[in-house]
Amino acid sequence: MGTLKKITHNCHKATFLIEKKLIGRITLREHIELRIHLFGCSVCRIYQNQTKKISEMVRQMFHNSANADKHLDDSFKKDLQDQIEDKLNKN
Amino acid sequence: MIVKAQTLNPHQWVELHADYMYNYAITRINDDEQAKDLVQETFLAALERVNKFEGKSSERTWLTAILKNKIVDVYRKRSSGLIHTDVQHAEQEQADFFEPEDGHWTAERAPKVFGIDYHDPLNSKEFNSILQKCMQKLPALWLSIFTMKHMDDASTDIICTELKVTPSNFWVIIHRTKLNLRACLQKNWI
Repeated sequence: MGTLKKITHNCHKATFLIEKKLIGRITLREHIELRIHLFGCSVCRIYQNQTKKISEMVRQMFHNSANADKHLDDSFKKDLQDQIEDKLNKN
Repeated sequence: MIVKAQTLNPHQWVELHADYMYNYAITRINDDEQAKDLVQETFLAALERVNKFEGKSSERTWLTAILKNKIVDVYRKRSSGLIHTDVQHAEQEQADFFEPEDGHWTAERAPKVFGIDYHDPLNSKEFNSILQKCMQKLPALWLSIFTMKHMDDASTDIICTELKVTPSNFWVIIHRTKLNLRACLQKNWI
């Protein structure tokens, strides 16, 4: 089986390329192979749409949680600053 | 104009930066106690090297860089020893998703259209909790790699070096992680 034939029938390889393309780079040849595969494979087209959305959501979730406003309690903070002062005084 | 060099004022560190660093840590390691420990360790480690501060970045940026290194240490510890088995596991279980002889989706695991396709999931609170649960099921190394890539946009080279995985294993793991996450979401979508 030629490589082209392999990719047009291989969802394992196609989904791998979809992931690689999302966060990295794929070669021109791989681009063409992937397009041909997607043209003929509706399941992988569904996969591609969903996995793109999942990446966006994951980034969004991280972004939101990074801006979340969690606070350390005051006693923890006081202990921590005391530790720092102790250490500063020793030096 | 003279650009004033940034200075450090450890007397104010906790007040100015502790909450920020706590949030930074907890979103990346998802463990409250450990996040607090890291904040503490970061300040104490920073005190040891105040004389190395060159004033080129802000105090917060400098402290965050120290914290970041400590987070990578946590990732490394969490996943040490698992690297080999994780990748083997990833490759073996690929068989669940694809027919071994031709690489076609197995009938059982082929993706189907579900809620994610016709709702805007970015606005869905339910989605976040499902996503978080699904991420918790991932092996530690996968989650570390996935988090470094999607949260901090770390370069693949850096992730591979810091977590000691080869680039080809990196891609196997990313692929496998997404296959699992997607399947988990489809299964648990309300």
